Amino acid sequence: MKHARIQHRGEVLDVTVNDDGNIVLADGKVLDADQVTWLPPATGTLFALGLNYADHAAELSFKSAPKEPLVFVKSPNAYTGHDGYSWRPDGVDYMHYECELVAVIGKTARHVRRADALEYVAGYTLCNDYAIRDYLENYYRPNLRVKNRDSTTPVGPWIVDRSQVPEPNNLTLRTYINGELKQEGTTADMIFDVPFLIEYLSGFMTLQPGDMIATGTPKGMADVQPGDVVDVEIEGIGRLRNTMLSESEFFKNAKEQSS
Amino acid sequence: MRHALVEINGQPSAVTVDGERLRRADGEILAADPVRWLPPVSGTVFGIALNDRALLESHLDSFNQPPYDKPPAKPVLFIKTPNTRNGHLGSVARPTGERLQPGPSLGVVIGKTASRVSEADALAHVAGYTVVNEFSLPEDSYYRPAVKAKCRDGFCPIGPWVTDATEVGDPSGLGVRLTVNGELKQEGNTANFVRPVARLIAELSEFMTLHEGDLLIAGVPAGRVDVQPGDEVAVEIDKVGTLVSLVTEEDATRKGDRS
Repeated sequence: MKHARIQHRGEVLDVTVNDDGNIVLADGKVLDADQVTWLPPATGTLFALGLNYADHAAELSFKSAPKEPLVFVKSPNAYTGHDGYSWRPDGVDYMHYECELVAVIGKTARHVRRADALEYVAGYTLCNDYAIRDYLENYYRPNLRVKNRDSTTPVGPWIVDRSQVPEPNNLTLRTYINGELKQEGTTADMIFDVPFLIEYLSGFMTLQPGDMIATGTPKGMADVQPGDVVDVEIEGIGRLRNTMLSESEFFKNAKEQSS
Repeated sequence: MRHALVEINGQPSAVTVDGERLRRADGEILAADPVRWLPPVSGTVFGIALNDRALLESHLDSFNQPPYDKPPAKPVLFIKTPNTRNGHLGSVARPTGERLQPGPSLGVVIGKTASRVSEADALAHVAGYTVVNEFSLPEDSYYRPAVKAKCRDGFCPIGPWVTDATEVGDPSGLGVRLTVNGELKQEGNTANFVRPVARLIAELSEFMTLHEGDLLIAGVPAGRVDVQPGDEVAVEIDKVGTLVSLVTEEDATRKGDRS
């Protein structure tokens, strides 16, 4: 089953998505996907991993893979849904996408052992963990100005039940800009896998239902520009679309929506 | 006016605080004594590290060396995840085998949506001020995000209440004191911030929308101290209030999750 959150006629609704890609409301009514606004399918804390694929670590000139997960945290202002908009700040040199498998926590997790960890996963979604390299500083790196910007982490479109993803460590990831394949990798190359990360995080803090763990991206970075349509796709999970706007377009739209 | 959230018969209840008395919205008066104090805010909690001049200056030699190479150019930010929130008179567990340090700070409570506000308009977006104790494991490096040091359960006592911004007036020049078992251990003043509150709001809201109920931990002064199980730790801030926490030993016998 695929679970999504949408906004329809001003209401936020929990829905499912059928095999034809249509939205099924709680009362059984079916809507076309383009009639609704997609919201991020979960709203908890998003834990994100840096350098969790050996080839990507090498691409960023790290000599050896990390010994301990490099975890950073995002807050809900950063999330946006499927078919939403992100923005490239004026005057930056390099903003890139990152296609990532996301595990969504289904029940409270504290001191969970690796062997039991997948029982705490409700399902999987994907995210595009955009980064703006111009803003990196060597303090709490990657810092919030790089990774926690408004609407710059698309999440979705939906959560696929864990039972429907029997091999989360053997999925192909792909990113397309304007339909052209730019990044391809496999979750098999992940350094710290989902069970390891749940054991690691729940070893020092409590994970809550709706929290998400974004597991990092393989190599294959490329710059994105205003007007680009960026699709991140993971086999068996879904395809998450995002359109890049310029800074002025994004804030003009935001202002119109709030007035 | 002081606004608090307390638990009455298992239910959260918003009250105003007048001396030792709590007044509910329906006018009923309660004694402060038997209630359980809850954190008075529920939005995202953003912390600003290194915002005390003496603290920043104490690190400048190392900040000109690798891995930092140069002092921070922008506010150094972190997120206290929702599991860290704790109320007045709550207990904070020292993790087994670790050192635990309180972090006294002014808390700035956002009152209305702030996106790209100027420094001159910033304080109009503040509802009020509270007291925060930003507990952390000691930080010997600022290079990577401090999730393991700062995101442990209960590590962010907030309260007891939010004091209206109009009552506090100018948020600079407020004395901040930490006592352990009644003895003064750490002292600072919001006049010593590297970036005053208005500037923080302007710089953060440039790339993150701040929402009503979000909280900024504006800055912990230099001189963090270790605390031990059994200690009573209080943070007192001029015109705002006094927040008390009790340090306990982590239950090392606990295995498996709590659910």
